[in-house]
Amino acid sequence: MRVTVKLFARLRDIAGAPELARDVTPGSTIGSVWRSLAQEFPELGPYERSISSAVNADYAKMDYVLSDGDEVAFLPPVSGG
Amino acid sequence: MDPLAIGPEPLNLPGVVSTVAGDGRDGAVVTFLGLVRNHNAGRSVRYLEYEAYEPLALKAFARIADEIRERWPSARLALHHRVGRLEIGEASIAIAARSPHRGDAYAACRYAIERVKQIAPIWKREFFEGGDVWVEGATADPDDLRARAEAERVACA
Repeated sequence: MRVTVKLFARLRDIAGAPELARDVTPGSTIGSVWRSLAQEFPELGPYERSISSAVNADYAKMDYVLSDGDEVAFLPPVSGG
Repeated sequence: MDPLAIGPEPLNLPGVVSTVAGDGRDGAVVTFLGLVRNHNAGRSVRYLEYEAYEPLALKAFARIADEIRERWPSARLALHHRVGRLEIGEASIAIAARSPHRGDAYAACRYAIERVKQIAPIWKREFFEGGDVWVEGATADPDDLRARAEAERVACA
């Protein structure tokens, strides 16, 4: 199945794209998508403990199980205001 | 105009205030404008660029408005955040909190800006003399009750 990965701020800079399409196996979680991205882009690794994640524009935890077509977002620490 | 919004247009504080129009019961509106500062962490700032995950940012704003209704039931909130390039002195956020008495309006307004800094998926990139850097603050976790309690403590101090 296929998911869309959205990346913001410095995470987007590291990956060089705001959005990536990734084929994942059924049962994949947000965490498993993150780990494979971090292998692909090692500079993402240090963000493991400080990122937040969302699915279809709602906050979701790393153990959330994804469905085909989901939009997964990885968010570095925020700095709005 | 919606009470909660995010976008590239310059902020209009009177417009934001008008979205929390009262029915005569309210005696106070407290507003907050966050401005782009020309200095940060010892650096001379040239300008900022804000980006956001806009659909989730709007949900975060709605969540903050709900939290305010829970804590200060008579208060109402309007909150607009700007994205894109902002020059020194321009407003990045406009908040209006309205309630029957000033105490709740002040507290709700302060609570809103503290919570935006904790849970809104918005980032600022600072362009300063000699380089640029993404500013990274809090790990956003809307279910973190300690963060919420801290925002409430600051709001009521």
